[in-house]
Parts: sequence; structure tokens; C-alpha cells
Amino acid sequence: MIELSLLLGFPAAGALVAAFFGAGRRGPELNALCSLATLLAACALTVRVIGHGQVLLAHEQFFVDPFNVFLVALTAFVGFTTALFSRPYMRTEVVHGRVTAGRLRLYHAMYQLFMLTMLLALTTNNMGLLWVAMEAATLSTVLLVTLYRTPQSLEAGWKYFILCGVGIAQALFGTILLYFAAERVLGAEGVTALLWTHLDAVKGELEPAVIALAFVFLLVGYGTKAGLVPLHSWLPDAHAEGPTPISAVLSGLLLNVAIYAVVRCKVLVEGSLHSPVPGRMLMGFGLLSLVAAAFFLWRQRDIKRLFAYSSIEHMGIITFAFGLGGPVASFAALLHMTVHSLTKSAIFFVVGHAAQKCGTPLMDGIRGLVTVSPTIGWGLMLGALAILGLPPFGVFASEFLIVTTAMRDEPWTAPILLVALGIAFAAIFGRVQPMVFGETSARRLPHAPALLPVFVHLAIVLVLGLYVPPYLADWYRAAARLVGGP
Amino acid sequence: MLTAPLDLQLLNACAALLLLLSFAMLSQRRIVSLVNLLIVQGAVLTCATLLLAWRTGQSHLYVSAALTLGLKVVFLPWLLHRLIRRLEVYWDTEPLLNVSGTMLVGILTVVFAFALAQPITQLAATTMRSGIGIAIAVVLLAFLMMITRRKAMSQVVGFLSMENGLFFGAMSATYGMPMVVELGIALDVLVAVLVLGVFFFQIREQFDSLDLHHLESLRERQ
Repeated sequence: MIELSLLLGFPAAGALVAAFFGAGRRGPELNALCSLATLLAACALTVRVIGHGQVLLAHEQFFVDPFNVFLVALTAFVGFTTALFSRPYMRTEVVHGRVTAGRLRLYHAMYQLFMLTMLLALTTNNMGLLWVAMEAATLSTVLLVTLYRTPQSLEAGWKYFILCGVGIAQALFGTILLYFAAERVLGAEGVTALLWTHLDAVKGELEPAVIALAFVFLLVGYGTKAGLVPLHSWLPDAHAEGPTPISAVLSGLLLNVAIYAVVRCKVLVEGSLHSPVPGRMLMGFGLLSLVAAAFFLWRQRDIKRLFAYSSIEHMGIITFAFGLGGPVASFAALLHMTVHSLTKSAIFFVVGHAAQKCGTPLMDGIRGLVTVSPTIGWGLMLGALAILGLPPFGVFASEFLIVTTAMRDEPWTAPILLVALGIAFAAIFGRVQPMVFGETSARRLPHAPALLPVFVHLAIVLVLGLYVPPYLADWYRAAARLVGGP
Repeated sequence: MLTAPLDLQLLNACAALLLLLSFAMLSQRRIVSLVNLLIVQGAVLTCATLLLAWRTGQSHLYVSAALTLGLKVVFLPWLLHRLIRRLEVYWDTEPLLNVSGTMLVGILTVVFAFALAQPITQLAATTMRSGIGIAIAVVLLAFLMMITRRKAMSQVVGFLSMENGLFFGAMSATYGMPMVVELGIALDVLVAVLVLGVFFFQIREQFDSLDLHHLESLRERQ
């Protein structure tokens, strides 16, 4: 089908073109143009899926249903706005001498390649290809994390590579076990035994002992990529040391894709085991991540690390909600994935500008942003309030749904959730307030920075908090039915 | 007890050799020898794949064997040897745990691996099912090597050895993964090593050494 070929074709072509011309004066525009084309293809695909329901393509190798099409649309959208943000940002980095023209070429080529791997991971129906795409997503971002070649960024890149490499090797073993169990039901020759749709159809007959073991490996593997505690130690480094546009897409998009992989596996495993154990494991990992991240937040001095830990916290909330299961919690988890992705990337855009203007990523060095530039100051304040779950932003709506569902289904978790959210609120708000309103001797910037993407993202999050349009709600509900389990 | 046919005996011998090679890697501190051991492991893996292909008549296994030979016996070791010469890293420093200690932990790891493989082995219908335990053991031993070594190069050899174990596991349990997945995995491994090559030069340029203790500054800054 044409929409899907375009969706994957544009970033692939973009990566190739950028590999030759990405260093040129029009490199950043090229990057943004490719991302725009990808976004249009994603919109076309979404319209198609909403109209016709789920589709299987290319000998069933690709599969698009309401669950993944919403992530495809989100990924393409944030990919485009980040490319827009990265245009002036990377130009300034070149002017400051932190990036050379050759590295800019690498940056643009890898950016497009990264988009391609994420879209491939989201649309493939083959659990093996999902693994391949996840690993490729790591590989394409390692050299982006080390783009500045500072000792810290090299260390972050190395940690990212090795820890995610080892983690994802566990997921490969899980995939092998899954294939092993499926082959006994779906027959040898293995043509269909790794296709998710076929696995889903026979999930009740899969051997529970093998599937349980497979799930442990898959959860550890993809959980490493999603930054779940205690497998998170690479995440703050990788998200903080790379260029800011990369922090935005790593936090906003790649984590979602990893969660997506975990959820796809969980649907199969729950169907096979007929027990709440997989859901409980997700809940356990989720709560642990939420609580640990809330405490780690207090110890941060670097602004990007602060928000990287906040990403771990939110991945914990999402994992917990998927673990709760059922239509309401799954609906809330999907909504939370959307609003977190939009808000967190918006925050990283602002943070990037703030750190660039103040010349330091350390929070002690950033003061009085609202005096220096009201756009940056208010952008950061609003972004922080949104991510902290203050009404009327969308994060409040999803967190409210998650907490109330938890109170009903698993009452013992509700106090833990609320306390952790409170600790995180105090930690982040306490840091952001002086950065925005503190005393500063710096003078006001002559002209406002281009931060349109930030306010577009925050506006969408605000709208989602006040009113989820009926067609979007239907869409979320359809997706929640697919993943919610019994 | 009935004697197994010759090809099956050979296959089991290959499996045993893989495990032995993993232990050899665990105790080897010379990096050049470590890469050579990796070549031998790749070669044994190729032999095992060929034998299995011949025995079961699954033609796609011949392709996997060719892929293993080309990638893990010829190209990647060549690349690693080249990197070692260019970067002049010949010896790993004293590992975090001494050799005899590592060996002991290694033996316990193997016992654990076989216990873990028990339920799968019972269900497997393939001729190679005893290989599953060995595959898990190889993966875990490679993991152990990555934990105890200091030099980036030894960690990469561990990473590739882990991939060998996973490949052997897939072969023992299900006669390999579908072709498209296997090609994808091979591509990922290839790209991973190329990325690492670039990465090594960056580390080297920055620190004048490939010793990973330079990469320990990013703790939680108080």
C-alpha cells in the first residue's frame, strides 16, 4: 500500500540524501522537509486505518491497527516539530563551534535513519523484525549521543551502547523462545510463527512454561530500552549528553516505542498464561521506576538530567497503567503516552534554548529566564506545570484516570502513586521556579527565540486535558480494547 | 545405551567445544588471542550449522552458515585485528575478579543455565535439544566476561560471543529463525561493530587509551 511505502520511504531516502548533502547550507531544511513528508504519509495512513480498520500488508509482514497507528502519527508529528526546532538550534551550535559541518551531515543522516527505525518497529508485524528495528534504533543514536565528542558524551554513548546492547540481547533470547513456542502450534518452516497477528490468534495454545520464561527475557530486554528501574542507568546520561533535539526524540519517542514492544508482548503472554502475573510484573516495574525516579530527581544539578529522570518517572506511570489492564487504565496509559511525548519534547526544546543562552546546563547557572527572554521563561514554566500534572493540562487527565482506577482495582498502590507524584512535584517545581523567576544580572535578549513548536505542543496537551474530541476518544478506546486484556 | 549416529555425535562435540571456548575466553587476557578464540568459536558455529543443515535438509541453514562464516569468521575478526593494530591495545588489565574466581563463578553459571533450560529442553522436538542449555551457558558466560573486563575491546568480544550463543540457541531450539529476521540480526551485528570502530577512535582521541576506567566520571553529581 502506497501510504506505508511512503511512510518508510521518505526517511530512508532522507537518510541517503542527508548522507551526501546534509552538511550543506540547506541541510537543516532538507531534514525538516523529509520529516514533513513523513508526517503527511503518516496522516494519510491514519485516515486510511480510521476509515477501513486494521490492515495487513506485504505478505502480512506489516500490520497497522488503531494501537500502533496512533503511535505512528505521534512519532511522525514530534519528529517533524523536532526537526523544525533543530534547524536554528544546530545552526547556533555550528556558530558556537561545538559541531563541525561533517558532524552536521552525520547528525542529519542519523536523524532520518532513527525515524525510519522507529516507524519500522511500530508498523512491523514480525516480532523478529521488531527486535531488529529496536536494535537499529539504538545503533543509529549512539553516534548522535557522542556528537560533541566531550569525555562525558563518549562515556554516555559507551554506556548506552553496551547496556542497551546487552539488554536487547535478552529480548532476542525472549524472541527465540517465543518462536520456539509458536512453532509447535503454527507449524514448522517458520513462515508465520513470528507474525504477531498469527501469534495473537493462537495465544491460548502456546506452551505456558516457555512463554513465561520468554516474557521475563522480553520484559527485561525491552524494559532496558524503556528505562525501567533498575535497568535505567544509561538513560539519564544518554538523554543529557547528546544534542538537545536528540534528547527530545529519545525521551519523547524512543521510550514510547520500547513501551509499545513491551505491551505487544504482554498481550500475547496474558492470553497464553491466563493469569494476572504479567500485569503484576508490569505494575511492579512501573511502581519501582516511579518511586526511584521521584527520589533521584532531588539529586540532579543538570537540567537535562532532571528531565531525563522525569521521563523514567513517566515511563513508570505508563507501565503501571498497562499493568493494571482493563479498558480505562489502558485508555489512560495511551493518553499519557501522547501527552508525555508532546510535553517532554516541548520541555527539551525550551531547555535547549535556556542552556544555550546561559552557556551552562547546570541549574545553578540558569536564573531569571523570564527577564532574559519571556518566551523561554514562560515556555519552561508552562511545560514544567504540564508535566507535573497540574490541571487543566492533559497529563492531569491521564494521571487522574490512572490513580482513580488504581484506587478501585488495587487500592494499596494509590498512596504510593500519590506520594511519589508529590515528591516529584516538589523536586521539579522547586528547581524550575528560581530558574524562571530568580534574580539575574543578564540583559534581555534582543529578539525572541523561535519556539513555536513548544507552544503548539503545549496547546495540544492543554486541549487534550480539557476535551478529548469524540473521534480521538473512539480511537483511544479501540486501541485500549486491543491491549487492555480481559 | 544406544550409540548416536556419527553426525549427531559431531554436533554434540561442536556444542561442547563452544562451551569450552567460552571458558577459554573468560581466562584469556591477551586481546589478540581473545579475537582468535572468537574466530574459532565462529568456525565451530559454522560447522555445527552445516552439520545441522545436512542432517535436517533445511536449506536456509546453509545460508545462515554462509552468513556466519563470512561475518563472524572472516570480516569482523579482520576488522577487530585491524583496530587492535591501529589502536595498539594488546593486553587487558587485571580483571575485576581474578581468573580462578571468574572460573568458579563460570561453573556456577553453567549449572544455572542448564537448570534454566530444563523446561525448554523437555519440550523441544529438534535433534539438537541438548544444545539449548549450552547456548544459555555461552550467553551467560559472555555476559560474565563483559562484567569483569575493563578494556572496551574485551567487552566487544564478549558482546559478539553473546551473539554467537544466541544464534546457537535459536539453531538448537528451532533450527534457526526465519530468514528475514536472521538477515536483520546479521545486519545489526555488522553495523554495531562498525559503529564501535568509529567510537573507539573517538574514545582514543579523547583519552589516549581504551581503558574504561576513564569512563567513570558520570556518576550522580552531588
